[in-house]
Amino acid sequence: MTARVTFATAERVLRQLRRDPRTLGLVFLVPPVLITLFRYVFDSQPAVFDRIGGPMVGIFPFVSMFVVTSIAMLRERTSGTLERLMSMPLAKLDLLVGYGIAFAAVAAVQASLTAAVAFGPLGLDVNGPAWLVVVLAIANAVLGMALGLFFSAFARTEFQAVQFMPAVVLPQVLLCGLIQPRDQMGPVLHAISYVLPLTWAYDALDHAVHGGASGEVARDAAIVIGITVAALALGATTLRRRTA
Amino acid sequence: MVAVAVDRLRVVRGGKPVLPDMTFTVESGTVTGMLGPSGSGKSTVMRAIVGVQRIAGGRVEVLGAEAGSPPLRRRVGYVTQAPSVYADLTVRENLAYFAKVLDAPPDRIDRALDIVDLRALERRIARSLSGGELSRTSLATALLGEPELLVLDEPTVGLDPVLRRDLWSTFRELASGGATLLVSSHVMDEADRCDRLLLLREGHVLADETPASLRERTGCESLDDAFLALVESR
Repeated sequence: MTARVTFATAERVLRQLRRDPRTLGLVFLVPPVLITLFRYVFDSQPAVFDRIGGPMVGIFPFVSMFVVTSIAMLRERTSGTLERLMSMPLAKLDLLVGYGIAFAAVAAVQASLTAAVAFGPLGLDVNGPAWLVVVLAIANAVLGMALGLFFSAFARTEFQAVQFMPAVVLPQVLLCGLIQPRDQMGPVLHAISYVLPLTWAYDALDHAVHGGASGEVARDAAIVIGITVAALALGATTLRRRTA
Repeated sequence: MVAVAVDRLRVVRGGKPVLPDMTFTVESGTVTGMLGPSGSGKSTVMRAIVGVQRIAGGRVEVLGAEAGSPPLRRRVGYVTQAPSVYADLTVRENLAYFAKVLDAPPDRIDRALDIVDLRALERRIARSLSGGELSRTSLATALLGEPELLVLDEPTVGLDPVLRRDLWSTFRELASGGATLLVSSHVMDEADRCDRLLLLREGHVLADETPASLRERTGCESLDDAFLALVESR
């Protein structure tokens, strides 16, 4: 792995995103719009918004980057650019970390915008610091990217890749504790929720915004980072130098 | 000197032997044409030489090292049949990225663009290029590292005759500079521009000789006829 190749890859990915202003616009604008929507859906129950508004800010990047990465990586696979790169002096880590840097940067902007809207005009009231939500959001973006990279290996077409969003992401959103506290779910679902990556991402966010002990936030964040590394390693196994 | 040695190469895809047992060598500093109908295994052999093909048996040695081994990734240039460039970047941005990956100095980008005659289009987004322009972009990418071995899978498909002639003289120049070129094509009139021909059919080498000796052996003036004569004599 070399810094030159890693940063060139990050720059290339960002350049590609910039060439697609509509996607970038959607990535930046949809979360603030959705969180606004959410705020007024629960207009008569401000406590609900205060409970899950904070974690939501941090979960949007996970969803966005999962989708963007699975499509981008599928394109690399089907256009032959991945095969070309694999025949060049590029380490798999250059590609993974390059993508990671690019998407973390996008996630930082996305999460800051969403947080600004939520904590500003929408008056989201939490105990923890807002910056921690943004930091955790960036970590979640990298987690979403790592999972997207892995699942892109199982898609042959972009239609299939898009379907991984409801198939892989939605169940995790349902089970992570955002919709309903996990200990109030059916026992089977409660057990399953422990092995889903987003559960730990949500836990960290929940502890962060509700002023939980910093030890708990740190533990959950460490788990998120661990899962991200594992997912990246899993994703790396799908980047093959030799194919059939 | 031998640049590529393929020894009893066997490739199986989906349970079917695509290359049952293939052996040949390519001399360095030559232009070798790999010809044969589609499905004859040209791309598969090329992928094995570049080291991106999973193989079931045999050996492929390239520039004295095992095909696909890390030191070769700098010394071998590869152009796939489908132009593998980023459709949403400009021609120059594509080359600039691959130049960084190859650690090639920036002036090589200009040189590569000149060789494929794309200087005028360097600011165009790849998506907006014609098929021929795209494959030239892809070819330019492979030239960036000034590779010792260039493996080109059908580089002239969809190009007009003038550009095809120019590219073949470029290939010739690169070879006189010491590079080895392995070029596949299914256009027989390109065969005459090669030092040596490998005729492939259904995963077997039908002929491995110079265009002149192929003509002599088959008694055919056109290489098209020579190929047909070989196929029918089997």
